[in-house]
Amino acid sequence: MSPQFQQARWSEPLLSELGTPGERGYVPTAPEAEIAAHAPDPLTAIPPAFRRSAPPRLPQVAQPQLLRHFYRLSQETLGNDVAVDFGLGTCTMKYSPKVNEHLVRMPEVQDLHPAQHEDTVQGILEVLWRLEQMLCAISGLDRFTLQPPSGSAAVYTNASIVRAYHASRGEGEQRDEIISSVFSHPCDQSGPWSAGFQVVELYPGPNGYPELDALKAALSNRTAGIVITNPEDTGIYNPHIAEFTRLVHEAGGLCVYDQANANGILGIARAREAGFDLCHFNMHKTFSSPHNGMGPAMGASGVKEELARFLPAPVVERRGDRFELDWNRPDSIGKIRSFVGNAQIAVRSYAWILALGPDGIREVAETAVLNANYLATRLREVPGMSQPYPTSNTPIEQFRWSLEALREETGVGSADISRNLADYGFQPVFGSHHPFIVPEPLTPEASESFSKEDIDRWADAMIDIAKRAQADADDVLEGPYRNACRRIDAAALDDPERWVPTSRVERAKGAVKGD
Amino acid sequence: MIGLVVNPVAGLGGAVGLKGTDGMVDEALARGAVPRAGERAVLAVRALPADVPLAAAAGAMGADAVRAAGREPALMVDGGDGATTADDTRRAALDLAEAGCELILFAGGDGTARDVCAAIGDRVPALGVPAGVKIQSAAFAESPRRAGELAGAWLTGRRRERAAEVVDLDEEAVGAGRVGPRLYGTLRVPLGPGLVASAKSPSHDEDPAAVNGIAARMVERIGDGTAILGPGTTVAAIGRDLDLETTLVGVDLVRGGALVLRDASEQELLEALDGDGATVVVTPIGGQGFVLGRGNQQISPAVLRAAGIGRLTVVATPAKLAVLGGRPLIVDTGDDATDAELRGWHRLVTGYDEETIYRVE
Repeated sequence: MSPQFQQARWSEPLLSELGTPGERGYVPTAPEAEIAAHAPDPLTAIPPAFRRSAPPRLPQVAQPQLLRHFYRLSQETLGNDVAVDFGLGTCTMKYSPKVNEHLVRMPEVQDLHPAQHEDTVQGILEVLWRLEQMLCAISGLDRFTLQPPSGSAAVYTNASIVRAYHASRGEGEQRDEIISSVFSHPCDQSGPWSAGFQVVELYPGPNGYPELDALKAALSNRTAGIVITNPEDTGIYNPHIAEFTRLVHEAGGLCVYDQANANGILGIARAREAGFDLCHFNMHKTFSSPHNGMGPAMGASGVKEELARFLPAPVVERRGDRFELDWNRPDSIGKIRSFVGNAQIAVRSYAWILALGPDGIREVAETAVLNANYLATRLREVPGMSQPYPTSNTPIEQFRWSLEALREETGVGSADISRNLADYGFQPVFGSHHPFIVPEPLTPEASESFSKEDIDRWADAMIDIAKRAQADADDVLEGPYRNACRRIDAAALDDPERWVPTSRVERAKGAVKGD
Repeated sequence: MIGLVVNPVAGLGGAVGLKGTDGMVDEALARGAVPRAGERAVLAVRALPADVPLAAAAGAMGADAVRAAGREPALMVDGGDGATTADDTRRAALDLAEAGCELILFAGGDGTARDVCAAIGDRVPALGVPAGVKIQSAAFAESPRRAGELAGAWLTGRRRERAAEVVDLDEEAVGAGRVGPRLYGTLRVPLGPGLVASAKSPSHDEDPAAVNGIAARMVERIGDGTAILGPGTTVAAIGRDLDLETTLVGVDLVRGGALVLRDASEQELLEALDGDGATVVVTPIGGQGFVLGRGNQQISPAVLRAAGIGRLTVVATPAKLAVLGGRPLIVDTGDDATDAELRGWHRLVTGYDEETIYRVE
């Protein structure tokens, strides 16, 4: 296989640089004389202090030029609908059925407002309530909140519940430590940290997951709980997880399961049987709702019955045939965000689960594990790439690889390989969360949505790039060649001084612009 | 202007099975080693922007490589007499700095970095072109080409730098039959993609946010008590936050918010310790994970016992731990009983409100 993809490369200006003064996409008609005579000037409703003295500098572009602009930009992206992107491991990229997009664009969903009276939104409240019942069945836990807008927010929610639980028992001051593992998702450390805990991290042992002795060394009467991912970022499942949760319980702590990506165990293993008291799912990963380009999303947090009183307000309660929002929750940790959850994400996930049913849900996991392992057999053909932990310890739904040998031989590392995949029409492949314990990491995750042909073509591209690196390292070090843009200066990502998160920061940093 | 100094005998030992080249040049040549440092320097020079004026030490110590890359040195300093020694490297680096070079590129290994560090310290930024047998110091680029690219990007960019630890074999310990690293100082290196540490970990080992978090936590812990502070940039940040003039490479003792001993010997530490003991703060030096017994022998078994053996506190940034690739930290104090007591799981301070359970062997 050789590079065979050619992407559009437009030299497209910014929208604000297009058009000419006075050019318009749409000219609203002036109100008729009778209306104008009776309607007040809308500006009078705006206090003078809030009025602009000069009109905003909006783009001035006609419709055909505008349409062309956005179509060109869309041709310069690689999205899930145009390219195989299972390289983005740990993100569980899968097909989001288009029929569900039709559902969320129905006026009954699209026109909902979160401030509507309960009587007028019984349908969506029922969807939220039924989705909660499904997640309870899938996890074995007793109650869920759909309020957190991301997986990290769900981890923060669960850490806050752990804090509230210990406070309610008079141990809030004493139990100020949360244990996590280095290969758990980074939010498993940063979420509890943000909730006020000291975080104690466990390094992986020789098998790729933490050793029981390390956990024992971490436990004390300061232990509030453990927040852990399993299988971890490596895709390796910790077979001693029940022993972990038992030891944490014996020390007086709670156990929180990060199931952001549950694709390897969906319908096969549940949080309750592994001894967990809380868990969360990313509905925009495992449950097929699209990631929506970093949001809106949904991290559904679940708890055992005895922790339900701490859940954020409101929760949806069923009383007879009626669904109500219960705001009267005196022990609640409060709100994680406004309202009750992103309704469109809930509708998509609900429809996805309904369409599959219990057997279909299990088949998702089985197919994902089969796909990931078939991909692994193909990737063993990639020169210079190896599995960092014993292969007897088979990863499940994603695999962490190391390209250290290729890097030492040729100077071509995982980031270079990842960039060059674009020349084959594939999206970049994810390396690893920080820190990089495995040198030159790569973590693909071939979920259930991908065909054998998809997997073979992707593996062929990986093999080809590695062989090209061996033949002529510079050829790969300077790629990709066939894309909308080639290489960007990634150093800016590591340099907070060059981050410009808002226009206010941009103005403050005016001096560094253009560097 | 960029200055180039080449240690032409660097890397000779590696090809013929020696652990380094320092003091072994004749032996290496006798075993058939071929000098390669010059070639490596040529690759770096080729990656430099063509319009940047170059200065070099004469002959094999720099100018030959500049010419082999198709350039002509704008300025030359003395390049020794051919039998290059550490003194030649030091003098050439100093001459280039004094001649107005904005950045010194040096081709060699850890020994060369150490000589450059001794000559220019942090007066002028420097960057290593990897050409030696031992590369443990953080002052090197990943490859010669990367060194040239990084130097060029620094010169034409915003000139951000960081302190990089210069680490070499601990000669005292080697004399005692124990091979391991020692911290000799820091160089100011250009900050950007292509530094050695960033090859192993995307956030470099002196990650300022992590170092500051560790220092703030340790200042709280030490309070008005007694603490022994070992070598290293991470530990040095604790002294900085205590507003004390502690050393980078030596061992210091602080008590009640004051610096009691600076660059102390074992005997001085023992005399200063009282019945209350001390918190002993150390950090791994180099990429092998040594926390005791290399470069900090002043913190001897007797000192550890007087301080309280359970009061050893290892601090390390997460990125520095990641570089170990899961290998344990190592104690080698020279006393088996002390080492045995220190082995096992330690709670490392890895940030503010952040600890890591890590094995020490």
